[in-house]
Amino acid sequence: MTAVIDEPARRPNRWAAPPRPAWEEEPSKAGLAGKGIALSFACLAILFPLWIVIVTSLSSRKTIDEAGGLVIVPKGITFIAYQELLSGGQVTRAAVISILVTLVGTLFSMTVSVLCAYGLSRTGSLGHRWILMTLLATMFFSAGLIPTYLLVQSLGLTDTYLALILPSAVSVFNILVLRGFFMGISPELIDSARIDGAGDLRILRQIIMPLSRAVLAVITLFYAVGYWSAWFNASLYLNEQDMMPLQNVMIQLVQKQEAPVGLGQAIRTGQLSGLSIQMAVMVMALLPVAVLSPFVQKHFRKGMLTGAVKG
Amino acid sequence: MSHSTVPRSGAEAGTPVKTPVASADATGTRKERGSGKQGLRHRFRRDRALILMTVPAVVLVLVFNYLPILGNVVAFQDYDPYISDNGIVSILNSPFVGTENFQRIFEDAAFWNAVENTLVLFLVQLVLFFPIPVLLALLINSVVRPRVRAVAQAVLYLPHFFSWVLVIAVFQQMFGGAGMLSQLLRQHGYDGLDIMTDPNTFPFLITAQSVWKDAGWGIIVFLAALASVPTDLYEAAAMDGAGRWRRMWHVTLPALRPVIALLLVLRVGDALTVGFEQILLQRDGVGTDAGEVLDTFVWWNGVRNQDFGYAAAAGLIKGVVSIGLVLTANKVAHLMGEQGVYKK
Repeated sequence: MTAVIDEPARRPNRWAAPPRPAWEEEPSKAGLAGKGIALSFACLAILFPLWIVIVTSLSSRKTIDEAGGLVIVPKGITFIAYQELLSGGQVTRAAVISILVTLVGTLFSMTVSVLCAYGLSRTGSLGHRWILMTLLATMFFSAGLIPTYLLVQSLGLTDTYLALILPSAVSVFNILVLRGFFMGISPELIDSARIDGAGDLRILRQIIMPLSRAVLAVITLFYAVGYWSAWFNASLYLNEQDMMPLQNVMIQLVQKQEAPVGLGQAIRTGQLSGLSIQMAVMVMALLPVAVLSPFVQKHFRKGMLTGAVKG
Repeated sequence: MSHSTVPRSGAEAGTPVKTPVASADATGTRKERGSGKQGLRHRFRRDRALILMTVPAVVLVLVFNYLPILGNVVAFQDYDPYISDNGIVSILNSPFVGTENFQRIFEDAAFWNAVENTLVLFLVQLVLFFPIPVLLALLINSVVRPRVRAVAQAVLYLPHFFSWVLVIAVFQQMFGGAGMLSQLLRQHGYDGLDIMTDPNTFPFLITAQSVWKDAGWGIIVFLAALASVPTDLYEAAAMDGAGRWRRMWHVTLPALRPVIALLLVLRVGDALTVGFEQILLQRDGVGTDAGEVLDTFVWWNGVRNQDFGYAAAAGLIKGVVSIGLVLTANKVAHLMGEQGVYKK
């Protein structure tokens, strides 16, 4: 009861500054202003270009022509660019491919990594050191692009989506981060589960994983972003234009300024703006990442550090 | 949690791996583990589930990280990709030419141009990129309002998760020939400016892109180091009459020193890798005089020109020098009393 009386249930205003310790001097007005300006500048440098991309993607041909190209102030919002891109055709297909590769790849990578991290999380188990060293060593060398290319080709992975998943499926860094977390979980819990007759797989599923939600979220995000952002392996191993994921299509549309297949006519005749089409593809590429990453943000620090330290 | 602290000295950073007996005690599980007294068969039966769990990852690493090392023999071959669709068959049937590929490389002006560009890009990035996350971290760390801090962090971390394709597309829309900057210049009667294809400013463009994408992300490690500084230290310094700036100099910066050293070591060890995807995407636009680095040199000669032996030889040179750099950088870190990537 006393605790309730001592601490009123009112939530503190988290926008306000908490009280300073007695020994700390009050900040000067100039200092505060300088900090505010520096921070705003850094954030605007990131947000302003994204704003322009989003606004232009939502602008009509007329607004874009009036603005002389990129639009800063939105004037009437239209989703025509998205409608055109998502009504079947090249970009729709590429987006679906990217989503599927990301989902399947992330699931596969997480399964393999979590299993491996748990298998290595008990020091002193048989072969533990050898396996760990085998994995760690790969952080110090790379076999090289050409031998890897020849290998993937020899395995018959060319022109299959496995070429986008298997060569980059395992990140040793991510395994080490997971392992570091698993090792921090109280051994008594595991021991008592074992006495109750739980096998290793069950301990992993019912004890370790529920206790590691934070790190699992971070590593899932890392893997998912990796698959979503990848374009090089597709350019290397896929020859069929129809198989290309979103990033590779974005290279064609934005960097090489090509019109999307099927929409060239509409752009030439002036019904559609090529620019808003470009911007819409960029928004499609950034949206999933921008929506998901802030949710996982609070766990980043822990996740990053365990890996850096335990490695 | 013990995870969230950064090691302040080498002693704290010890991985339990190196001392199996002590760590078995520390974890408290199955104290008999690693004692070596039991038969191998018994230990295998006890740990087989654990070993089995590591198999998929280990197989993938062996196949995609270790197996290709053997493929570097093509560096000593006149490799003919048209012998067979299967690279392994082609390797077995291609003639060995000794060090001919390497001799050709050392006489190739394009190779030395790539080496030079790689080193220039590394140095420019090191000088211009490296201090920014430290400064940003100090700035964020001095923000005491929790919400402001969380929002700023969310914004600063965001571009790290963008693909290079997207980052470069954004830069093109801002600084390209048809971009925002050119548009503004033209509207005010000046000529447009295409920074994206200017070879002279290319190292700075690359650095600006890296800063935009990753400088925010880089502050995480420093923020953690800053959070681990005990408040007592600041209080004691304040009691002794140290002002804001002297506290930063004598308390904050020493706390960052091990992290800065570690990251510098990592960066120098990785000097020959200067953003392969980022540069490959812009290589055509800016031209090979400024835009060719070692990695893209390998890609061009191998994947595009199908001169696999030559490209693999260049890749092998880079790989061997890189390993040397990593080991040397660690050695230097240890000599300076810092921790480096691995211990001892």
